[in-house]
Amino acid sequence: MQFNIEINNQQVSAKRGETIKNVLDRIGINIPTLCYMNGFSPSGGCRMCVVEIEGIPGLVPACSHPVSEWMKIRTHSPKVLKARKVIVELLLASHPDDCLYCERSGACRLQELAVEMDIHDRKYHGKREIIPIDKACPSVIRDPEKCVLCGRCIRVCDEVIGVSAIDIVGRGSESRIGTSYNKGLNMQTCVKCGQCIMVCPTGALTERSSLTSVVEALNNPELFPVIQFSPTVPASIAEEFNLKASKDILNIVRAALKRIGFRQVFDTSMAADLHIMEEAATFVERLNSNGPLPLLTSCCPSWVRYVEELYPSLIPNLATPRSPQQIMGRMIKNYIASSAGIKPESVFVVSVMPCTAKKYESGQDIGKEGSYRFVDAVLTTRELNKIIRLLGIDFSALEPEPSDTAFSMRSSAGNLFGVSGGHLEGLMRTIHFMLTGQEMSPLKLMELRGLKNRKEARVKIGKAIFPVVAVNGLAQMKPIMDEIISQKNAFKIIEVMACPFGCINGGGQKLNPDEKNLKSRMKALYDVDEEEMIKVSHKNPIVNDLYDKFLGKPGSDRNREILHVSRNTDKE
Amino acid sequence: MNQILIFCNMNKEVPVHILEKYPAGKRDGLIPILMEIQDEKGFLSEEVFQEVGRYLNIPANKVYCVATFYDRFRFKPAGRYLIQMCRGTACYLSGSTTYLDEFVRQLKVSPGGTSKDRRYSLEVTSCMGACDSAPVIRINDKIYSRVTPEDLVRIIRSLKEKTE
Repeated sequence: MQFNIEINNQQVSAKRGETIKNVLDRIGINIPTLCYMNGFSPSGGCRMCVVEIEGIPGLVPACSHPVSEWMKIRTHSPKVLKARKVIVELLLASHPDDCLYCERSGACRLQELAVEMDIHDRKYHGKREIIPIDKACPSVIRDPEKCVLCGRCIRVCDEVIGVSAIDIVGRGSESRIGTSYNKGLNMQTCVKCGQCIMVCPTGALTERSSLTSVVEALNNPELFPVIQFSPTVPASIAEEFNLKASKDILNIVRAALKRIGFRQVFDTSMAADLHIMEEAATFVERLNSNGPLPLLTSCCPSWVRYVEELYPSLIPNLATPRSPQQIMGRMIKNYIASSAGIKPESVFVVSVMPCTAKKYESGQDIGKEGSYRFVDAVLTTRELNKIIRLLGIDFSALEPEPSDTAFSMRSSAGNLFGVSGGHLEGLMRTIHFMLTGQEMSPLKLMELRGLKNRKEARVKIGKAIFPVVAVNGLAQMKPIMDEIISQKNAFKIIEVMACPFGCINGGGQKLNPDEKNLKSRMKALYDVDEEEMIKVSHKNPIVNDLYDKFLGKPGSDRNREILHVSRNTDKE
Repeated sequence: MNQILIFCNMNKEVPVHILEKYPAGKRDGLIPILMEIQDEKGFLSEEVFQEVGRYLNIPANKVYCVATFYDRFRFKPAGRYLIQMCRGTACYLSGSTTYLDEFVRQLKVSPGGTSKDRRYSLEVTSCMGACDSAPVIRINDKIYSRVTPEDLVRIIRSLKEKTE
């Protein structure tokens, strides 16, 4: 039902069921928000968005208050402005004053609000409580003192990731965002995806930094530092440093990484090609031997942890190939190092990922062989940006540098790993080839593209039709997992990425992204698919070369040992 | 016993007869279940949250966090006598803090804690909803209302006698 309401003395049409905030957004009136998140259930907790309604005593939160016909709303009256200022002043009352040293400085919503509200001194002095920092988790560090209890992390953990690792503990003035029995994030169902970092308005949630160890390794003459970067990294760097997203961006990034001091630069896409080859072989084998289907992809460590923690009975359905990061690390240490006559222990493999869970993954037992890890340090895209600034790399002075290692040859299928649906698309291309000996035609699976949380496709291979689905945002998986357990699920392959829309929106990406950023990051990946000559993993010459000389056939025992993990299935 | 009860591995911490009364997967059963468990076991252990969560299909962490909202729930075993002192406005105005101090002094127990000999636990609770009878003290299941200083002396004396 449509009706008119009055906002700031203007007649505006509104619909029943809309919130005041919805109407304000439509007509372009900005009000400050803090706990509000577009697309999530409103909580109305922070009161930042309060407005004045004639006839209602007190102020109401615009984000959660529904509109009614009779309303006369004022969004910026003196009373409202004063209330908002006091709210921020009260939030600051017990906030540690360490903006200069805070990880979040510059991207902090609280800081922004203090500037917007023109706050220049501490008006209220709250009791500052000393609460220990929760730093047991290899990916996410929690500093409860900086928390403003907006609950954004809780909602993202509940509604998008579906693991509810954190929630409000206690009541009233004693409530804190916490974990059960105060045991630390590491002991929870947390999947380390880092989406809570992305939505945190302050520095209460940050990633565990590997900056120091990487800079140290760069300056250690006994080490041979090399770096691999995920397919999403070039687009993210271009975004951060305002570079034109062009064909050359890959070579410019390579030049920048060389300038930083890495001796060799690898593109993780090549390992993604290997991952696809092994995964396709696994699928074909399971199809022929009635193995556990649907096949659940295994490239996302958050997702793998989700299965291990919450659905251990479905661990056999997970694909067994290591994630591309781990494969690349292992290939560098086992193969490149030995062919260059360097000891694997002396090679320091850094990987740049749009992901915090990769930090957790690289420290797992499956990421080790003897005395060394396959990946020594994982940087998020954010951390790489910091290193670039720290070391004063000037992009305008860089000459694009073509790849100097054969290992950087990639197919665009491997490159598509960065976006939800892309991994599945690349995988289907190779499965089609393995089953029929012919290329899939057309190669593109348009049903699997686009910014949606669940994308289904029915892929025709030979005479058979394979229903497959790409899912992003782990919360979407709960009903599907229950279907699989009760054997009501017809999908043959399920690609899962924990973060909404995949790695392009990973927990290690630039903070506060908007939809435009996501679209351009996605476009960059699909553009590569248009331009690249090799569009399927099984045509990547390096991959084939590796199989010929080193690994044997896809799925063979030798590479099973190298490229696959064996998971403990009897956890419960 | 139904499938879900077996799946939830209930025999360990949560008495099956409590869960059976509530439908599985329905979250409205949460608070009553926790209350019954506490009545029977005296406190809520870590396993309780996991098992109840599994039964009701609520993440264990959420169950824990909901429970922390209520003063009623305990997370550690209490002493033989659980003394709950109401700190609601009416009780506060009629001197509940002085009474609290008296318990602390005489029974050697701190608010929120349990005495070393595990005889007494002392808790300060939010309003019990019996403001007309302020000040209110609850010891195990017995409620003492309109407690005077003389009553308090008697109460403490009888507690000491019972535990001697």
